[in-house]
Amino acid sequence: MSFLKIKNLSVDYPMRKETVYAAKNVNIEVNKGEILGLVGESGSGKSTVGNAIINLIDEPGKVSSGSVILGDLNIHEDRNNIIKYRGKKIGLIFQDPQTSLNPILTIGEQLIETIQTHLNLTKDEAKNKSIDLLKEVGIKDAEIRFNNYPHQFSGGMRQRVVISLALCCEPELLIADEPTTALDVSIQSQILDLIKKLTKERNLAVILITHDMGVIAETANRVAVMKSGQLVEIGVTKEILTKPKKNYTKSLVSSVPPTNKKISRFVIVDKQNKKNQENNIKILNRWDKKEIIKQDLVQIKNLGKSFDDNFFTESSKNSVMAVDDVSFKIKEGESFGLVGESGSGKSTIAKMIVNLFKPSSGDIFFDNICITKINNKSEMMKFRKQIQMIFQDPYSSLNGRLKVRDIISEPIKLHNPVISNIDLDGYIFDLLESVELSQKSADRYPHEFSGGQRQRISIARALATQPRLLVCDEPTSALDVSIQAQILNLLKDLQEQLNLTILFISHDLPVVRQMCDRIGVLKDGKLCEVSNTEELFLKPQHEYTKKLLHLMPKIESIYN
Amino acid sequence: MDKIITSWDRIKDSDIYHSFIKSPTAIVSSVILFIIFFCSFFVEFITPYNPFDPSSLSLMEAFTPPSWTEDGLSKFILGTDGQGRDMLSTILYGSRISLIVGFSAIIFSLILGVGLGLTAGYFGGKYEMIVMRLTDVQLTVPSILMALLVDGIARGLISREMHDEMAIYVLIFAIGISEWPQFARVSRAATLVEKNKDYVSASTIIGVSNLVIMFKHILPNILRPVLVIGTIGLALAIIAESTLSFLGVGVPPTTPSLGTLIRLGNDFLFSGEWWITFFPAIFLVILAFSINLLGDWMRDTLNPRLKK
Repeated sequence: MSFLKIKNLSVDYPMRKETVYAAKNVNIEVNKGEILGLVGESGSGKSTVGNAIINLIDEPGKVSSGSVILGDLNIHEDRNNIIKYRGKKIGLIFQDPQTSLNPILTIGEQLIETIQTHLNLTKDEAKNKSIDLLKEVGIKDAEIRFNNYPHQFSGGMRQRVVISLALCCEPELLIADEPTTALDVSIQSQILDLIKKLTKERNLAVILITHDMGVIAETANRVAVMKSGQLVEIGVTKEILTKPKKNYTKSLVSSVPPTNKKISRFVIVDKQNKKNQENNIKILNRWDKKEIIKQDLVQIKNLGKSFDDNFFTESSKNSVMAVDDVSFKIKEGESFGLVGESGSGKSTIAKMIVNLFKPSSGDIFFDNICITKINNKSEMMKFRKQIQMIFQDPYSSLNGRLKVRDIISEPIKLHNPVISNIDLDGYIFDLLESVELSQKSADRYPHEFSGGQRQRISIARALATQPRLLVCDEPTSALDVSIQAQILNLLKDLQEQLNLTILFISHDLPVVRQMCDRIGVLKDGKLCEVSNTEELFLKPQHEYTKKLLHLMPKIESIYN
Repeated sequence: MDKIITSWDRIKDSDIYHSFIKSPTAIVSSVILFIIFFCSFFVEFITPYNPFDPSSLSLMEAFTPPSWTEDGLSKFILGTDGQGRDMLSTILYGSRISLIVGFSAIIFSLILGVGLGLTAGYFGGKYEMIVMRLTDVQLTVPSILMALLVDGIARGLISREMHDEMAIYVLIFAIGISEWPQFARVSRAATLVEKNKDYVSASTIIGVSNLVIMFKHILPNILRPVLVIGTIGLALAIIAESTLSFLGVGVPPTTPSLGTLIRLGNDFLFSGEWWITFFPAIFLVILAFSINLLGDWMRDTLNPRLKK
């Protein structure tokens, strides 16, 4: 007899044009003492299911059919049941620890409030209980930290507080919606360990909602795969990940970058037939292709950048060194990876290379010319043309008020003002086809495209000036894994055929392993080590690199 | 999907269109505004009388009350004023002047405010500080006082004969100069948000010049909030014009605006000729109210934060 039974659950969102079925006839059972991973891409309905259990569906959505049975009580039958159960029998952990705590109350006040709402305890008893809880979730000096405000905790600590809040009324079911997505790898593994430990000790039933197959592989006992509101497959994690039965699960698993080996391309299950086709990139005919001379295209020497707080504060004391004495070289035609956690300065380096920021110290040489010292505008334009960038967020990197045609034609016209209209159209179409978009896309606006397609438009725009160096700042971290696999394949193809040099910035080690020839590891603005990819993954030298490699969630862990 | 999507299809498909046809307030207020605008701008073709042609006026018909009252004449629906001018025609002529002044003033302050706000937000630094402190200073002076001040200075500078001719331009300048700070503030704030978005960085990396980035890329993206306060600002400008005219520093009585009409009618209010001031006043209220309702609807629709 399972503890939680979800039967035929459907959630509808009646919208202006059509009704969106966020969940359709979902059947899931969860036992006590087990972690069920609910995995799927964005829009698959995994969070909807999590919210539907406690009936927290946003308007205009509603649970249209189905029942949720907890223990032996159908909690959807009576509204009062849910209100009573929410927070008491069912604990919740949300994605963003920044917003799930009230910033104007101390964590102690929040804990006591929650405890007293559900349990009949005096204030002192509640306080003792909260301190015990804080200790249980691994917060040191719990008695002192009890009186602190949320902003006095780091992201990981805050997530621990959120977990303690979820646990404070002895729930039997815990719903964790992307609990580690906003956190760095090193903190992510601590939080996952904590959830695993609590599941065992308290005999909890846990639903872990995530998009990250690595997290699933490391924590979940069973996994349910969802796609566009429907349950695709459910079963023991090992079986699903190693021997997926359904096509969708197969493509999902094959899209996950492996951490233990380098593969030449990702296998896209739906597109396998196309593979044999000779795919020469259209833009190649127009490309002024440079022969690769084995030389250093980019040299970075003692680069430093500090951000002074502002106009009024005394500088130097408060300034943070975002990048501190970093030196490395990128050879022509190679992919160089920069990895690091948030705040390590990797994006700052990228922005200095593309000349969005001026460095505070040090120099950047491109093709043996120091580009940080150029003040002449026309001189600068020559380099602008050769260095282009792809951004992380596909939603903010395209101007929503312009048609795709205008977005792509801007760089072409700027660097080749005499181009005729027919030629310009041909150029735009070739670029669009090179990134696997149809010619019709030219007359649409960015909001008519999905995230992956927008990223392709972004790539087309970057290629329009025929750059030699492409700086990719987390180009796939906002995308789903299957889309990520396609974009990474595309980048690889482009690089091979166009002899591009790529600076690939990411926090995602498996992705970097697939993409890069050499890797530099950054921590707090300092470069820890630079070495060849395979060497770095097999024989890391620096302590920090070892730690990062050890902590990254590995989908392969399931095979052992 | 093969069908060519025209811009009309885009409009029909947009949320704004749907929110519009679902909002009775928006529809009613825009119909009223359309009628007022249409009648005011084509007033020559609509009214049988020209109140500014002295030969057509008859003092015998002065102070005729509205047509539905006892002494009313059916040819003067809303009655006549002290010079025998038909009230309805006079109001329509007056509202044209009010609208022209209001629109011109708001466009003037829009260009000034958005120009300063956009450049301040984009370039930052000392320039931004100076512009924003200037708006702060300006906001401490009540806008009517500011307009009175401008008018007073203009009277000193422009000769008496020229004054009546120039009055309308002085008025536009006076109202425009007192309304720009809010446009500057809103557009600066919106620019600060937009300029940190990646599409601006992308354009910089491509090598697009600052001027093109500001006006081709950022400006269309900050126009929404600016247009919303612009609409509400239009109502304010029309009221400001009427206030100034009521105070006697606006347009001269020979080409009366709504405010002038209210002032002129005010003299007769206590002698029982209420309609001379009442109808222009009620007309002004309907005009300003409709614009405000439309502005409110626009603010609710265009603000993504209020969307559910």
